[in-house]
Amino acid sequence: MENNSSLKKTPLYETHVENGAKFTEFGGWLMPVQYSGLIDEHLTVRSRAGLFDVSHMGEITVKGKGAVSLLQYAATNDVTRLAKKQAQYSLLLNENGGVVDDIIIYRTGDEEFFICVNASNAEKDFAHLSNLNRFGAKIENVSGLYAQIAVQGPDAARLLGAVLQVREDNLALAAFPYFTYREIVLPNEFGVKAKSLVARTGYTGEDGFEVFLPPQSVKSFWDALAEAGLEFGAKPVGLGARDTLRLEVCYPLHGHELRDDICALSANVSWAIKLQKGDFFGREALLCERDKGLAVQLAALEVISPGIVRADALVFSGDREIGWITSGTKTPTTNKAVALAYLSPPEAKLGNTVEVEVRGKRVKARIVEAPFVKPFNKR
Amino acid sequence: MAESIQRYTKDHEWARNSAEGVYVGISDYAQKELGDVVFVDLPDAGVVLGQGKSFATVESVKAVSEIYAPLDGEVIRVNTALAEKPELVNLSPEKDGWIVLVKPTAPAQLEELMDSGNYGAYVAQIAK
Repeated sequence: MENNSSLKKTPLYETHVENGAKFTEFGGWLMPVQYSGLIDEHLTVRSRAGLFDVSHMGEITVKGKGAVSLLQYAATNDVTRLAKKQAQYSLLLNENGGVVDDIIIYRTGDEEFFICVNASNAEKDFAHLSNLNRFGAKIENVSGLYAQIAVQGPDAARLLGAVLQVREDNLALAAFPYFTYREIVLPNEFGVKAKSLVARTGYTGEDGFEVFLPPQSVKSFWDALAEAGLEFGAKPVGLGARDTLRLEVCYPLHGHELRDDICALSANVSWAIKLQKGDFFGREALLCERDKGLAVQLAALEVISPGIVRADALVFSGDREIGWITSGTKTPTTNKAVALAYLSPPEAKLGNTVEVEVRGKRVKARIVEAPFVKPFNKR
Repeated sequence: MAESIQRYTKDHEWARNSAEGVYVGISDYAQKELGDVVFVDLPDAGVVLGQGKSFATVESVKAVSEIYAPLDGEVIRVNTALAEKPELVNLSPEKDGWIVLVKPTAPAQLEELMDSGNYGAYVAQIAK
């Protein structure tokens, strides 16, 4: 590969090279895009378990008096509803109601939070939070202190339990619910008294965990997961399958469905926007957009004619341009060409047929109910 | 027609002559680079090809790749099996995964392309 010298690499880069991964640039990082093959990796996560190196993700801590007030003002979800050891999906908005980033907030104390942010947005988010911090909270970009491994799939708990040497019933969903986390000291073989934050979260629609751990522990931890995973048929999974997995369950991706220049109310994430909780940054713009009527609405499409539609393709109704594709692929689970699109709201109706321009040709697509595949907690 | 010869382009297509015309597809190296092929956008029979010009696309889950004509000619037949089984491009890129059969207008163009030895060296060079 050429001209990759300016890209950041995770501590597992050499391991991925040895495993024959192909790489891609993502958010300023050189990341593995696939190992054994995208479809195989995707189906492995749906049926067994996949290992993801997501060490590129950023981490920010917000601590001290004013931490709750800052996050209540800067983020759209209601952080006062979050108990210690719980996690919450939330959005940072700009003053126009556009999405600066989508984040997961972990409450680590009364006035102490750990936030996972998108790789390319970490510095922007840090500056954004700092600008809004008239509450005296202490904000730190701690991205350099953490590597992150996601273990996702129906066998994730068994696999992670084996490596963490934690009893399986302690990792059962009843004992360790979705969107909670545990602080777990790693077994000594991964570093003496190395601490990890193990969250039951993910971006695949399967049960699984995201493990934040010190960069110096990640190589031995990854190798142990890969070795223990052989028994389950678990495999390393690249960003390619991560994207098709999240698209099947219609989880939004910042830069595609969530954008600085698109109103957050358009993106079907209103469950994470608590307009009733009181003032927050961007709220007035949201109320204004809502009363005015949204310019676009996110819709799920299934492609009817042969072909695959991809991000940025334009959508038409007859001669009228009515929107654009934000993400599109042929999904491995259903083997159908599907997409998400921003459409003019009157066109974004279930059952409506639209046309997508693909290399000068029109491909027919129908608006269907999201998601294309149900996530594990809705099955 | 003389003995069957197979040649390669710098864009990783192969072309092989036969009694019926010249078969065209993408190389084993190309299919590996592309990954799982899930759709082939085939041209219609009768389409005129210009050497080096795009005439079809092969899509993996992740990306779209243009296929360029190795030589001038006209499409006589397309591999309709690819509509149902695009994965043939991965499984058998230089045989069952052929894309079009071409009637060449300048058959000498074929011999000017890289033979398998030169193509192998070319690929080794890229992979460095």
